[in-house]
Amino acid sequence: MISCKDASELVSASLDRRLSNWERFKVRTHLMICKGCVNFSKQMKVLRTATRRLAEGGEAGSSTQVRLSEEARSRIRGAMQEQGHRHEDPQD
Amino acid sequence: MTENAKDDQGALSEPEQWLKLYGDELFRFALVQLHDAGLAEDMVQETLLAALQARDRYSGEAAVKTWLIGILKHKIVDHIRKEVRESAREDIERLSDRRTEEGIDELFDARGHWIVRPQDWGDPESCLEQGRFWDALEICLQRLKVLQARIFALKEFSGLSNEEICKELEITATNCWVLLYRARVGLRQCLEAGWHGDSREVADR
Repeated sequence: MISCKDASELVSASLDRRLSNWERFKVRTHLMICKGCVNFSKQMKVLRTATRRLAEGGEAGSSTQVRLSEEARSRIRGAMQEQGHRHEDPQD
Repeated sequence: MTENAKDDQGALSEPEQWLKLYGDELFRFALVQLHDAGLAEDMVQETLLAALQARDRYSGEAAVKTWLIGILKHKIVDHIRKEVRESAREDIERLSDRRTEEGIDELFDARGHWIVRPQDWGDPESCLEQGRFWDALEICLQRLKVLQARIFALKEFSGLSNEEICKELEITATNCWVLLYRARVGLRQCLEAGWHGDSREVADR
């Protein structure tokens, strides 16, 4: 029987690659008798789902109030205008 | 043509609208991955400048926002690649050395069993419905060691495979999975202590 540490490593690895049959068997038998690792495994799924939503630009709690500062906005606007002029007049 | 597509066409011909319409969203997208407002602003600027330059090559198939986010993703990967390649290589070795087990040692006993058993967080969907969960996740992401956070971002936000991460950052497969494992374990520890710990009744302890 593998330890919780080994099991948690395999659970993490399963998020990155397909486990071998032997690895899957080891994790499954461990999870049958270990509530802590079952919880860990469910938590990893919550993390994966949460990061996927953030990556899609979805909900992020209070962070929807996070905005570009006016200073950054005007700096970026300036840089775009400068490049825009060059774009229109490549001889410049 | 749908209303959205019309809007997009309009937006494409007016790059000055990009900043107004999508600036905040691009900024948030960069910030959640990089945790550095100044750097996130730079990424938005680089993205919009690159978009301006590549405007003629835009196929018009994707919505403008999707197109811009795509450019931003590349900019972020580029930035992380440079940052990690230039950062001290011994950091990578130290943080992914399996013998030192940095940050992991204290979680397991000598036989590799949890010292403190991970808790049941309940229904995943209801976790994700809580504003406090997202706030805590944000804080916990910031608390990760920079290198762990960067690799975690490449994996989970940019969607790179482990092989791609190894190649981009010139690290070994072991470096990569150990760093990802530690980032995930660190995040769950932090979430459990902060968000989940707070939401449980005291009587439950």
